[in-house]
Amino acid sequence: MATLEISALRKRFGSLEILKGIDIALEKGGFLVLVGPSGCGKSTLLNTIAGLESISSGEIRIGGHVVNDLHPSKRDIAMVFQSYALYPNMSVAENMAFGMEMRGVPKSERQKAVAGVAKTLQIEHLLSRRPSQLSGGQRQRVAMGRALVRQPHVFLFDEPLSNLDAKLRVDMRVEIKRLHQETGTTIVYVTHDQIEAMTLATKIAVLKDGELQQVGSPNEIYNSPANLFVADFMGSPAMNLLNGKVSRLNGAASIVLERKDHPPIVVPAPSSADSQKLVEGSNVIFGIRPEAVNDRESIDRNAKSVATFDAKVEIVEPAGSDTYVVTHVAGKEMTARMRADTEVRVGENHAFALNLDKALLFDPQTTRRL
Amino acid sequence: MSAADAILAGPSREPTRHSLTTRIVIYGLLVLFAAVYLVPLIVMVMTSLKPLDEVTGGNMFALPHALTFGAWVKAWGEARIGVSETAGIKGYFWNSIRMVVPAVLISTLLGALNGYVLTKWRFPGHKLVFGMMLFACFIPFQSVIIPMAVILGYLGRLGNQLIDLTGYSFGFGNSTVNLVIVHVIYGLGFTTLFFRNYYEAFPTELIKAAMIDGASFFQIFRRVLLPNSTPIFIVTVIYQFTNIWNDFLFGSTFAAGDQSPMTVALNNVVNSSTGVVEYNVNMAAAIIAAAPTLLVYILAGRYFVRGLMAGAVKG
Repeated sequence: MATLEISALRKRFGSLEILKGIDIALEKGGFLVLVGPSGCGKSTLLNTIAGLESISSGEIRIGGHVVNDLHPSKRDIAMVFQSYALYPNMSVAENMAFGMEMRGVPKSERQKAVAGVAKTLQIEHLLSRRPSQLSGGQRQRVAMGRALVRQPHVFLFDEPLSNLDAKLRVDMRVEIKRLHQETGTTIVYVTHDQIEAMTLATKIAVLKDGELQQVGSPNEIYNSPANLFVADFMGSPAMNLLNGKVSRLNGAASIVLERKDHPPIVVPAPSSADSQKLVEGSNVIFGIRPEAVNDRESIDRNAKSVATFDAKVEIVEPAGSDTYVVTHVAGKEMTARMRADTEVRVGENHAFALNLDKALLFDPQTTRRL
Repeated sequence: MSAADAILAGPSREPTRHSLTTRIVIYGLLVLFAAVYLVPLIVMVMTSLKPLDEVTGGNMFALPHALTFGAWVKAWGEARIGVSETAGIKGYFWNSIRMVVPAVLISTLLGALNGYVLTKWRFPGHKLVFGMMLFACFIPFQSVIIPMAVILGYLGRLGNQLIDLTGYSFGFGNSTVNLVIVHVIYGLGFTTLFFRNYYEAFPTELIKAAMIDGASFFQIFRRVLLPNSTPIFIVTVIYQFTNIWNDFLFGSTFAAGDQSPMTVALNNVVNSSTGVVEYNVNMAAAIIAAAPTLLVYILAGRYFVRGLMAGAVKG
């Protein structure tokens, strides 16, 4: 049975609907990441789970109990906030014990619980300090400690890493992942950073304008996005999305990508799409991730279907580990992710190869994947 | 370096080099203005330490020849106040303390509570309520005197009835209690304004964290909000203390006779002459009357500027 179940959840502010019918279930020990652009409702959704905001209709169950009308403190949750929200007037130990103190847990038990969690998080030497005497990473740890010490059913994280600098963010990301693996806690995590979502989650929910776009494993979200929004949002650099037309020759469907000053690129329809549904002459959007675009020598040798074409290199971005090469296809920019030592020059023609096993087709009208 | 120093020092950390003349002009002006502000206080202190014949016969700026604290003792314990009484100002001093301490604490705590609700427990119409509380800051003293007198009259009659019923008035009708009520009501607009602006910038996530931790409305107020309100608390206390201690109009209107506050008594000391004006006693009484506000500023003044700045920048 799922530890967290959200069904048909709606949230309205007057006539404005913030959440438009959300259905998500999370099993015990799962790591759900809510991801989406700002204003998509992901933080509101987290707040409704926490009980900090009421819901207009629907149901939230935690550990099998409906918690719709329960006070936040009675929902068996703990939350880590973006600003960490450590009480400035209390020491680290007092911060961690405050929740138990409010629940009337005896002092000796409180101290024992705090000491145990402090050991796990290696913050024992900080226990008597005030939050103002801690670094960003230490505050982050204490905030997690305060949540852990309560041993709740579900942990809620509200963009916990967004106040840290880039290096510390990567360190803490690993730390959170390790913590999750070691303690087997159930976590709901909000972020706008798709890399955090991919690396941490066992399950990702992508939201846009208060609507759930797709729920699935990181692999499903990345490789089989349900629609154009998910395809475009997840992955960096973003998926190449090109305008194409279906052409049927001898029953086999192929996709024609028109180009200015060059002959069109014609590729066989990707295996991911149901070729029976591709109607001759209809418009489609051809999506392919930068790592599935390469030069002829370096394209995945296990690829079953590869298409090649020549195009003029417009921009070369060396990123250290890879080199991003930008060209123009079908009126749009197309980014290829090549080896760092690839020899490409701006303005010259280069031979590109597409790994069609990884290509996807989308309906331009409904934006759904075909 | 405090925020104020940093702003005054300007963007450059390098000490600017002034020519000698510029420096003489700057320091000369500073000394001049300091003197202008200090002269009245110096004259008051010196006069209060002289015997009366030296005051009436001598130079106002001359140092006392025969140093005496007689005027202070007289002002405190024996000075004539009003027509018949000669008990000094000490009773009135305690009247003021008994009035000012509860009035300051109650109005400050209620202001903090109002600010807490108006920022962290918002309800429909909170802006209107705050607007009306703000309006209370602009109501002139004079216009509330008669309505206030009517209300205090009701409370006095209620006190009399309570005495008839229980033998005890529960403070209704008592002049000091009346003044506390008046000052709390009149000060509430200001204290609410101060605390609302401060709490507006107070991180709401702390309140949410405390809610999840299971703290109640008042537990959040007492354990999370108040301990982190020291600067604004001190600003409000100084402001309220100064205003209430220095108030004359309400004191002279709503308190009678030996229940009057210090300011009213001081006026009576100065006005009750028996032929000779005892300037030394008057000066000593005036210094005693001013001492508590001075003390509050000296003890907490540095928070005052800091707190006002915080409100100004964040609010």
